Amino acid sequence: MKLNELTITQAREGLQQKKFSSVELTKACLDRIKQVDGKINAFVTVTEEEALEHAKHADKLLNNITIEQYNNYPLLGIPIGLKDMYMTKGIRTTAASKVLENYIPQYDATVVTKLKNAGAIIIGKTNCDAWAHGSSGENSDFGPTKNPWNIEYVPGGSSSGSAAAIAADMCIASTGTDTGGSIRLPANFCNVVGLKPTYGRVSRYGIIAMASSLDSIGHFTKTVEDCALILNITAGNDSCDATTPKKNKPDYTESLKKSVNGLKIGIPKEYFEIGLDKEIKEKTLKAAQILESLGAKTVEASLPHTEYALACYYIIVPSEISSNLARYDGIRYGMERTNFGDEAKRRIMLGTYTLSAGYYDAYYKKAMQIRTLLKQDFDRAFEKVDVIISPVSPTPPWKLGEKVNDPLKMYLSDIYTITINLVGIPGLCVPIGFTKNELPLGMQILGPHFSEETLFQIGNAFEEVTKNEGWRKKKPVL
Amino acid sequence: MQNYKYQPVIGLEVHVELKTKSKMFCRCSAEHFGQEPNTHTCPVCLGLPGALPVPNKTAIEWCVMIGLALSCEIPLFSKFDRKNYFYPDLAKGYQISQYDQPFAINGKVVIARNEATKQSLKKEIATTPSVSRNDAKVIRIRRVHMEEDTAKLMHQFGTQNSNIKTQNEEKYSLIDFNRSGVPLVEIVTEPDFSSADEVTEYLKKLQQIVRYLDVSNADMEKGDMRLEPNISLKKVSLRGMVSEVEPDRAISRDRHANARDDNKELPKYKVEVKNINSFRFVDKAIRFELKRQAELLDKRETPAQETRGWDEKKGATVSQRSKEEAHDYRYFPEPDIPPVRWTESQISNLKSQMCELPDTKFNRFQKEYKLNEYDAEILTREQELADYFEEAVKVGKEHNITSKSIANTIINRKINTEQVLPAELIKNIIQISQTFQINPDELEKIVEQVLSENQKAVDDYKKGETQIMGFLIGRIKQHFPSSDTNQIKKALETSILNT
Repeated sequence: MKLNELTITQAREGLQQKKFSSVELTKACLDRIKQVDGKINAFVTVTEEEALEHAKHADKLLNNITIEQYNNYPLLGIPIGLKDMYMTKGIRTTAASKVLENYIPQYDATVVTKLKNAGAIIIGKTNCDAWAHGSSGENSDFGPTKNPWNIEYVPGGSSSGSAAAIAADMCIASTGTDTGGSIRLPANFCNVVGLKPTYGRVSRYGIIAMASSLDSIGHFTKTVEDCALILNITAGNDSCDATTPKKNKPDYTESLKKSVNGLKIGIPKEYFEIGLDKEIKEKTLKAAQILESLGAKTVEASLPHTEYALACYYIIVPSEISSNLARYDGIRYGMERTNFGDEAKRRIMLGTYTLSAGYYDAYYKKAMQIRTLLKQDFDRAFEKVDVIISPVSPTPPWKLGEKVNDPLKMYLSDIYTITINLVGIPGLCVPIGFTKNELPLGMQILGPHFSEETLFQIGNAFEEVTKNEGWRKKKPVL
Repeated sequence: MQNYKYQPVIGLEVHVELKTKSKMFCRCSAEHFGQEPNTHTCPVCLGLPGALPVPNKTAIEWCVMIGLALSCEIPLFSKFDRKNYFYPDLAKGYQISQYDQPFAINGKVVIARNEATKQSLKKEIATTPSVSRNDAKVIRIRRVHMEEDTAKLMHQFGTQNSNIKTQNEEKYSLIDFNRSGVPLVEIVTEPDFSSADEVTEYLKKLQQIVRYLDVSNADMEKGDMRLEPNISLKKVSLRGMVSEVEPDRAISRDRHANARDDNKELPKYKVEVKNINSFRFVDKAIRFELKRQAELLDKRETPAQETRGWDEKKGATVSQRSKEEAHDYRYFPEPDIPPVRWTESQISNLKSQMCELPDTKFNRFQKEYKLNEYDAEILTREQELADYFEEAVKVGKEHNITSKSIANTIINRKINTEQVLPAELIKNIIQISQTFQINPDELEKIVEQVLSENQKAVDDYKKGETQIMGFLIGRIKQHFPSSDTNQIKKALETSILNT
């Protein structure tokens, strides 16, 4: 196995046992980027020099610390990619927009600091839809990212580069942001694990805001175990983010091995109705059956206000966007507002309109009321079930260019993910197989607020029980 | 002959800068006056990408205290909102403020009806302590809310006065972000004032209250208080009929909620004068506006609904922005800050932490120390002086000195309370009271003796060198140690006059 193909757990083991060095591991990733990223376009910026420098430093540390000390650095020497929405001190951060083309931040996001403190090596900044606006990765001002499993297809967005980078083994783990499915959709399209944590579980400080009341800070990994390991690092109260509660942070890796026996899984009927691709429906229900075979129980659940979610989302999100993007006024960041792409302009205009005097009550206020109803839907559902399992997207990955001229069609691909952000609950996306056309599929496991442990428990159980299936061994051919 | 008159309708918005150590939403020092520009900044107050606001608990508590001091209701649920507009001094493109659910609502401040009444009352009070302040007027407080200050713009015209060199003597502006994010409390009244004097009286009272609470220096020079009167005139019939008023129900005075219904009969325009930083200028601006508007109304024109500024050089208000150009601030709840939820006990706890307020102290001083209103008013004007007085009373009690005589001494002798400790003051009072009166006949004898011995001094005194009096008093005092200086002085003056 090549070093860049390792999981975090495997890489840690190898580093600790001195089977290879962090420099070797980092080089393997950098080589892979050089080899395939011309095709994929997962990175906006590759920080080769700094990464190797830090890897050398990590190796020194590895040689000089005890095992106890090593445990304080859960990512020591592990190369990761950061979505280009994360502020990185001294490293250009663009939000994949021309507006910030040459912007070099003066500070690190809280999560970046935490990852650095855990010993992670930042290998580069990953591509995404500009300002995280999009479902396909095609809205990037630095060119679209392509799906490593078939480069004619989109990798899903907005965290397109982060998902593609993991799928193509260009780094060991990567970060993303999820405001309406921006982690789960690309994870689903790229056959990787993606977590959208509970709103507020992970600090948003230092991450370019899209829609502040929905933005969730998550990550991509190759396994559920790795996913839990990173959440252990990133989760927790941050005195710089007033929306992160002072809530106990469990050791998320501890729940992984727990049996799913007796857990109740809800299948929301509204998420399996018309519009859902037949193959996805079958595969998702089959995944639920597999969990049943492990002792879980599946029951039908209902989320009656689902049909209003998309409208609600596309009022609240643009409203917040129009305000959050106001600071990029061409005065302080060098680039004029004409550099905003069509999607950002569309959302700025929509949001400005919905917040305007005379329209506020009809749009924003009403949307907030619907948001409350959606929350109640989930509260009621979780009275009866522990988790909900649903598809991530109504369709498999689509071809590049297929939906770019039809924003509404593009928006509809987020139908199963956006509600989760409006409600603020966590969602874990895990791979469940491939379509007949050899394109990846995943499912999302949703739980009540702060129930990430349960999500990992189920995700890991599914991963374990399917680990010997043929599709698990697949690698993209590049 | 006119059968109507104009009645001023004036409301006031006051911004008070709090003196918290740190800013409203970050940990930067809130000290900005006279500091090196852009030294108290961070990603949050610079509005850098990704930065988030975390509210300052002390500032919020102080805002609530101001609300309580103004007899406001404190809603148990409150939240911050974003006020969106573009301006170079606004780092984020929006200001974090409060829109429809401020920290405090529906309060009141009681003031003397107008300056004239107040003065005449005072005179009466000074002589006849029994007269009470019955001519009071209630100014309703609509709301008290919390927001952040903007950065400070410094406009440079040409390069002469600047160390920044530009080509071709261009005009440019500099931005100092030290002030960005400093906590501000905005206090909005109902349009209850009917004269500039009432506004001044209210402002003095407000300044006194925030100083008492010790939440702001309320230093006008440093821009700690910024004043925005809104002014209009209402036509009132002199024949006792209700009016020729032109009520306009469609116009709400403010997009701020909580505007009360009883303001229905308001003129159909209103002129706001923005950002005045002195009580004197507010007074001038209001007087100017009342005159300007009356002249327009006399010509049967309706003054334009607009925002104006006070130009001190011109001694006039000048138009800045018309109704058509009015901003739509697109308020919406600030998603980065969870709403604030109070419990009743938290509010009563804050209340209990508050010092005694000026009005209460004023009433207590009259009652407890048997002072007249005039004395009580002077002694309670500033907390420090009130504390000084009470300390002196405490010491005085041990020596049977009455609070009245302490008050008299402090007020009449203009005691420097920073230099004379209360105990010293009491010592002085005791000394003065222990001086004895000299037998007039004996005194007269000595005076004549001293005057004849110092003929030159007497001549000099007569020529106008009045300071020589001190020398003569000294001479006499040699004969009567610890005697009453005033008695000696009087005797000397009479004697010199008669020679």
